[in-house]
Amino acid sequence: MTGVQDPSVQIHAAAETPRGYGSMKRKEDARFVRGRGQYVDDVVLPGMLHGAVLRSPVAHARLTAVDTSAAEAHPKVHAVITGETLAGLGLAWMPTLSQDTQAVLATDKVRFQGQEIAFVVADDKYAARDALDLIDVQYEPIDPVIDARRALDPGTPVVRDDQEGRTDNHIFDWSSGDATRTDAVFAEAEAADDQLVVAADVLYPRVHPAPLETCGAIADMDPVTGKLTLWTTTQAPHAHRTLYAIVAGLPEHKIRVVSPDIGGGFGNKVGIYPGYVCAIVGSIVTGRPVKWMEDRSENLMSTSFARDYHMRGEVAVTRDGRLRAVRVHVLADHGAFNATAQPTKFPAGFFGVFTGSYDLEAAHCTVTGVYTNKASGGVAYACSFRITEAVYLIERMVDVVAHDLGMDPAELRKRNLLRPDQFPYRSPTGWEYDSGDYLHTLEVALEKAGYPELRAEQADRRRRREAGERVDLMGIGLSFFTEAVGAGPRRTMDILGLGMADGAELRVHPTGKAVLRISVQSQGQGHETTFAQIAAAELGMSPDDIEVVHGDTDQTPFGLGTYGSRSTPVSGAATAIVARKVRERARIVASAMLEVSPDDLEWNDGRWQVVGDPEASRSLAEIAMAAHSNLELPDGVEGHLDATCVYNPPNLTYPCGAYVCVVDVDPGTGAVHIRRFVAVDDCGVRINPMIVEGQIHGGLADGVGMALMQGIAFDLDGNCLGGSMMDYLLPTALECPSWELGETVTPSPHHPIGAKGVGESATVGSPPAVVNAVIDALAPFGVRHADMPLTPAAVWSASRGRPLRTDLAIT
Amino acid sequence: MQVPAQFAYEKAATVDEALALLARHGPESLVIAGGHSLLPMMKLRLAEPSTLVDINGLAELAHIRVAGDEVRFGALVRHAALLASPVAREHFPILTDAERVIADPIVRNRGTVGGSLCQADPSEDLSAAFSALRASVVIRSAGGERVVPVREFHRGPYETAVEHGELLVEVRVPIRPGIGSAYLKVERRAGDWAVASAGAVISLEGDTVRDVGIGLSAVGAPHFVAPEAEDALRGGPATDEAFAAAGRVAAEHCSPSADQRGPVDYKRHLVSELVTRTLRQATARARGED
Repeated sequence: MTGVQDPSVQIHAAAETPRGYGSMKRKEDARFVRGRGQYVDDVVLPGMLHGAVLRSPVAHARLTAVDTSAAEAHPKVHAVITGETLAGLGLAWMPTLSQDTQAVLATDKVRFQGQEIAFVVADDKYAARDALDLIDVQYEPIDPVIDARRALDPGTPVVRDDQEGRTDNHIFDWSSGDATRTDAVFAEAEAADDQLVVAADVLYPRVHPAPLETCGAIADMDPVTGKLTLWTTTQAPHAHRTLYAIVAGLPEHKIRVVSPDIGGGFGNKVGIYPGYVCAIVGSIVTGRPVKWMEDRSENLMSTSFARDYHMRGEVAVTRDGRLRAVRVHVLADHGAFNATAQPTKFPAGFFGVFTGSYDLEAAHCTVTGVYTNKASGGVAYACSFRITEAVYLIERMVDVVAHDLGMDPAELRKRNLLRPDQFPYRSPTGWEYDSGDYLHTLEVALEKAGYPELRAEQADRRRRREAGERVDLMGIGLSFFTEAVGAGPRRTMDILGLGMADGAELRVHPTGKAVLRISVQSQGQGHETTFAQIAAAELGMSPDDIEVVHGDTDQTPFGLGTYGSRSTPVSGAATAIVARKVRERARIVASAMLEVSPDDLEWNDGRWQVVGDPEASRSLAEIAMAAHSNLELPDGVEGHLDATCVYNPPNLTYPCGAYVCVVDVDPGTGAVHIRRFVAVDDCGVRINPMIVEGQIHGGLADGVGMALMQGIAFDLDGNCLGGSMMDYLLPTALECPSWELGETVTPSPHHPIGAKGVGESATVGSPPAVVNAVIDALAPFGVRHADMPLTPAAVWSASRGRPLRTDLAIT
Repeated sequence: MQVPAQFAYEKAATVDEALALLARHGPESLVIAGGHSLLPMMKLRLAEPSTLVDINGLAELAHIRVAGDEVRFGALVRHAALLASPVAREHFPILTDAERVIADPIVRNRGTVGGSLCQADPSEDLSAAFSALRASVVIRSAGGERVVPVREFHRGPYETAVEHGELLVEVRVPIRPGIGSAYLKVERRAGDWAVASAGAVISLEGDTVRDVGIGLSAVGAPHFVAPEAEDALRGGPATDEAFAAAGRVAAEHCSPSADQRGPVDYKRHLVSELVTRTLRQATARARGED
């Protein structure tokens, strides 16, 4: 099935609901298109108060005084909470997801522009905002640490002097792969005439997920029952509940986290933010519900950013185009607190998959994390735990190699892609790729793009340009990505000690309708539809007859939530398995109904049937009623068909894809126009192709944004230059071509339904395709690399041999 | 948290009523039209007016009409109306070009011609276009009306000739036969403020430039114009070489500053490039070739 290329043709939703897999309209859209979604900010509770956060205007300063008396005297203010208030409760600092601490409200210093200093609770949000102006804060400025490349220089101010004995801004060193073996290959390549070493410095700039709905919470601490109900924008409600219990000492059964409709997450809503904690404290202090919703600038300036990886890549390659080894060093800017959200043993996330889709002899990387005076975060924006950075690096490097060798980048990739017979493939850095047919996927994409014709057109344009005609430059960019998603096997993957398994519970009512409760949390992915389809396919039901419940810790089984494209790989597997458990229980009941042994039954077209006798069969609805009736039930079923399941994935799943981007670049202005974008994704079995395509469309648009316009730079005073939507640009329909989608299907061999996850594939795979296309267009100027975002200024400057440094203010 | 400070609200039904309200509420009161600049500034508390005087009901200011040898645009003409105006398209395609790249449809549906000029953002497009056209504006106060050339209207970033208690009511653009005009903008994304933009209005006498207006935006050009480049062209040949030379003169005399839209050398280059291109296109239009 191919994607829709003509936007006037609506994607192929079936007229009738399919019994299992297939395109169907999303069940949740009935409320969204009517404006009846229920987001956190839509929740209004009786007696609810409103909170606002006072934030630091400067990046680095000692706090010498915080005077709240005037704010407290405001007639509509109920409470003003400061770092000092929280320190009294032991809550001034909270643990991060990376074994560091983060200030909830500043006590000693402010460490980035936008850091939280005080929290006002008032009758309404206007009064809360007015009262912020009445708080008098005295700052004693300190030189900020802004340029990550200078953060470890001797004499640099220490950002985290709250940590006993700390004298520098170094957070960690991490490495992966075999250094000795890799260095040996590089030494050989340097010495041999028929080989060479290609190197480039590549920045993946700081970007932000910028979900449409900003972060917020309503805390309601019931003073009678002692139960805290927290409506909050979280991608991981269960993990948040447990963390609140551990951090605040609240009994876990007295905490209910409700994550209603979420307006986009992209990793921005994985962590716990100071505002949530302040809302809780505000409710405890006032005895009333407290709502806090951040505004757009607060979201962009203070919540989890993404990337900020300064990478140096080296490739050892033979002159005939065989990639032998890759060596990488990364300087990772983590901001003021190491608060990246990733499995405990992976301080650089899954960056270790930087060998990409290629058959290498050896590989090694080192990653050094540093503190700077910037907001914290790092793993967000649909990055699959830093696979975005890894894929961007290797795909950029492959194009740099092609440039230096004078070889076609498609041909270079073909020579080095892993072959189908190498799967399951153990990479030089220890990852076990489950399945793939990379060459086939690439060839489908090249065919769809008409690659040879595109190259011919490019050659013709270059000739005309050289002859003096005014024609735009044309560029063709490829990327081939391998993702590693569905974290993960609990023996190696946990977050703060919580294993990364997920649960599902399936209840079948007497009339055969069902309720599926899952631990993952939709932020727009369409779980209520996809997960109903997974269960429906296993039970021969209509997805319309299955209600999916999620986002309420009192109503759903424990699990770690939705990020890293893990919902279908983990909770989707749990759903398939719990449905199979129900089916097996139904078999036992059916055997009593049909008076045969369970072994004499076979599952046929959604019914349990006596082997060889289609007349003797029962549907799940008939069986469900019998299970609740006075029918004498055999051993193994006491009544009802309900089941629960926890799924511990045996491995990650490895989706892949081949992308081709065609751009036209105006050499006089540097403006880039994306003419075409072909995306062939292999995410294994597709449950709802329409939803899959929608997710790919979104991810491709994300990639256009990152490649061409997005970035959060800072000036050397520490001012954030991406703090509003005037400065931090989201792509519009005008920058996006009509996407041309295609697919190949290589099921995951270890996943119960062969699905691999797709939510982040396009975000991971598209930026290198766009950048490679732009750099390819600039080949006549001798350009082999320029950093994102490739704004008109960056493109023009690169063409003049003066590439911009995009992490700092342009001067 | 982006919520405005407390303010009072008044709605005017006529120009005279608006002027009376402004007088009554004093210098801390502000006029609101489309509100796409003022409301964000209020939410960010960069503006804290005591009173907003809403002039959206002033139907008398929503006209586009030909009056003798000029076209009169009411101050309350919405961007969308100007974009769709056949009169503008016929006489001043520079305005249609500019409107096509101003913000997005949502902003264009509300934002007004007068509001854009009075906001006087240094990156605003209509200011450059009207300056290239040598338009004039009509400012009314309780004491009467005065007419100010657009090239004298802007006194600096966010400052104009409109005093408190006055209202910009109309923009007048002279119709000249045989002119061509065009506008071009480079932006990082549709709807973004310009990295740089340029507009050109040219009238020809055979192959000679009889007169020319060159507008610039976002590059620190005083009054949004490039007079040195105009002088260099006037009376000379209308050739690609002359246009390129004029572009270089304009680039040399403007004062762009570096920001995330680009470094100074790039912005100067853009001025040169865009001035050249708009002169070429305006000339083609004057000759009926486009």
